[in-house]
Amino acid sequence: MRAAFGLAGRYALLLAVLAITVGPLLWQLTTALKGPGEDVYGDNASWWPRDLTFDNFVKIAQEVPIWSYVTNSVIVATLAIASNLVFASFGGYMLSRPGWRGRRAVFLLLVVALMFPFESIMISLFLSVRDMGLVDTLAGAWLPGVVGAFNVLIMRAAFLAVPSEVEDAALMEGAGEWTRFRRIFLPSAKGAMTVIAINSFIAAWDDFLWPLIVLRSEENFTLTLGLARLSTSSFGVDDKLVMTGSMISVIPVVVLFFLAQRWFYRGVESGAVKM
Amino acid sequence: MTTTLVTPSPRTRREPTPRVTAKAGAALHRPWWMPWLWCAPAIAAAVVFGVFPFLNTVLLSFTNARPLGGPAAFVGLENYTRLLGDASFWSATWHSVLYALVVVPLMVLLPLLLAVLVEKRIPFIGFFRSAFYTPVLASIIVVGFSWQWLLRDDGLINGVLLATGLTTEAVPFLSEATLVLFGAMAMTVWKGLGWYMVLYLAALGNVPKELHEAASVDGASAPRRFLHVTVPGVRPTMLLVGTLTAIGSLRVFTEVYALGGATGGPGGEARTLPFYIRDVGLDPVTGNAGFGAAASVALFLLTVGFTVLGQRISRGEGR
Repeated sequence: MRAAFGLAGRYALLLAVLAITVGPLLWQLTTALKGPGEDVYGDNASWWPRDLTFDNFVKIAQEVPIWSYVTNSVIVATLAIASNLVFASFGGYMLSRPGWRGRRAVFLLLVVALMFPFESIMISLFLSVRDMGLVDTLAGAWLPGVVGAFNVLIMRAAFLAVPSEVEDAALMEGAGEWTRFRRIFLPSAKGAMTVIAINSFIAAWDDFLWPLIVLRSEENFTLTLGLARLSTSSFGVDDKLVMTGSMISVIPVVVLFFLAQRWFYRGVESGAVKM
Repeated sequence: MTTTLVTPSPRTRREPTPRVTAKAGAALHRPWWMPWLWCAPAIAAAVVFGVFPFLNTVLLSFTNARPLGGPAAFVGLENYTRLLGDASFWSATWHSVLYALVVVPLMVLLPLLLAVLVEKRIPFIGFFRSAFYTPVLASIIVVGFSWQWLLRDDGLINGVLLATGLTTEAVPFLSEATLVLFGAMAMTVWKGLGWYMVLYLAALGNVPKELHEAASVDGASAPRRFLHVTVPGVRPTMLLVGTLTAIGSLRVFTEVYALGGATGGPGGEARTLPFYIRDVGLDPVTGNAGFGAAASVALFLLTVGFTVLGQRISRGEGR
C-alpha cells in the first residue's frame, strides 16, 4: 500500500517537473500553430489553438528570410561538426599513443587553452578574425570553434580505453597506422564521436554572442540572430511568427538528439566524458 | 569555447600497459614528425583561438586599439585606472558575481534532487529523462521568448499572482532591471537542470546500493537517507557542479540579452560583465578594444578566483 502510494507520488512529481521543463516549449509550439485571430497573451489566450493552422510556417518567410537564416546555420553547424570530429579524432588518436616526444607538451597546451573563457578573449578573437578579413562571413562565424580542445581530450580518453589486445592483433597482421586508426580505433569510439557531434552541433546552432559580434549583414545571419531580429522588428512583432521561428530552431535539435540519444548516453556513461 | 574544467577520468590517468614487442615496432615505423602532423589542427586551434587571444588580450589592455582597426598607441595603465573608476564596470561585475551567488546553490541542489527522482528504473522513466533534457537543446534566444511569456505583465506568472490575489498589480519582471537579472538567473537554472541531472545520474550510479539498504533497514527516512547516504556519495560531483556553474555564471550574456533586450535591461542596468565587455570593447563606433581588453582581464581573474576557490574547497573536503 505504502509502496503503491510512493510510486503514484513519484509519477505525480515527474509530471509536475515535466510541466515545468517542457511546458514553456510546448506553449511555443501551440502558439506557432494558432490562427491569425487568436490571442497569444492575456485572459483570452487558449492553451490549444482554436483555429489550428500551419500557415505561420509560410507567413514567416514573407516577414524575414528565415530559410536563408536556416541555411547559414546549417552551413556553420555542419562545418563545426565535421571539423571537430575529424581534427579531434586525429589529435586524440596521436595523444593516446605512447612513444613520441612532445606528447605531454601538446596535452598541456590543450588543457591551458581550456582555461580561457570565450567571453574573456572575444575582443582579441574579433581582432584576429578582422585581420583575416573574415568579419561578416560564415567562415568567421565557424572558425573559432573549428576544434574544441575539450573534444580532443574526449577522443584521447576514448582511444585510451581501446584494449591493447585488439591493436596488437592488428599489428601482427601488419596493419599500418592509418588502417589501425580507421578500422580499429574509430569504430570503438562511436559513443565519444556522437557526444562530440551533438555538442558541436548544439554549440554552433544555438550560439548567439559570437555570431552577434562577427556577422553584420542580414544575408549572413544565422538562425538565432534572425530570431532576435524578428522579435524586435520595428514594424510590430507578430509573436506567433516568433514562436514559429523558435520551433524551426528547436525541432531539428530535438529530433537529432532523440535519434542519437542511444549512442549519446553510451558515450556519456562510458566514463570517457566527465562533463 | 565550451566549458572549461577537465576532470580526467581514472581511465585517462592510467597509462596503457607497456607492450614492448608490438609498440616498439609501431613506434619505429612512425617518423618523428608524424604525430605532430596528426595533432597539427588541434595545436593550431589551441594556439590561434586560445593561448594567443589570451596573451593578446593582456597586451591590448595596455593600448587604445579600436575594434575596426587603425593606429593604436601604448597607454600604460590608463585603461585599468579608468576601469576601476567606472561605476558601470562595478555594477556589471557585481551582477555577474550575484549571478553566481544565486545560481550556484540552486544548480548544485535542484538537478541532484531531479536525478534522485529519475534514478529508479520505473516504466516511462526514459521518456521523462529525455523530456527533462529538452531545455538543454534549445537556444537561449528561443528560451527567452517563452520566458518573456511567463514574465510579461499579462504573462502566466503575473496571471497566477493576480488571480490568487497575491499581488494587486502586475510585477514588472521585464521592465525593472533587478527583476530582469533575477529572471535571467531563473532561466539559466531552468535550462541547466537537465544537463546537470545527467551528470548527477552518472555519479549516483557509483553510490553503493548496500549503503541505502543498510540505512533503510535501520529505519532511516527518505530525507535522512538523502542527507546521510546520497549527499556524501556525490559530494565530489556537487563540488564539480558548483565550480562549473560558478564559472558559467560569470560568462552569462545571452540570457540578459534575451530578457532585457540589446541594451541589457532598461538603461543597461541589468548588464553582466561580458555584456559590459562587448559594449565598451566591440561597438563599431564608440568601442575601445583596449579598454574592453582590460575588462576582459578582470573577467579572467574572476574566473581564476572562482576556480581556485572551488579547488580549495574540494581539497579541504578531501582531507
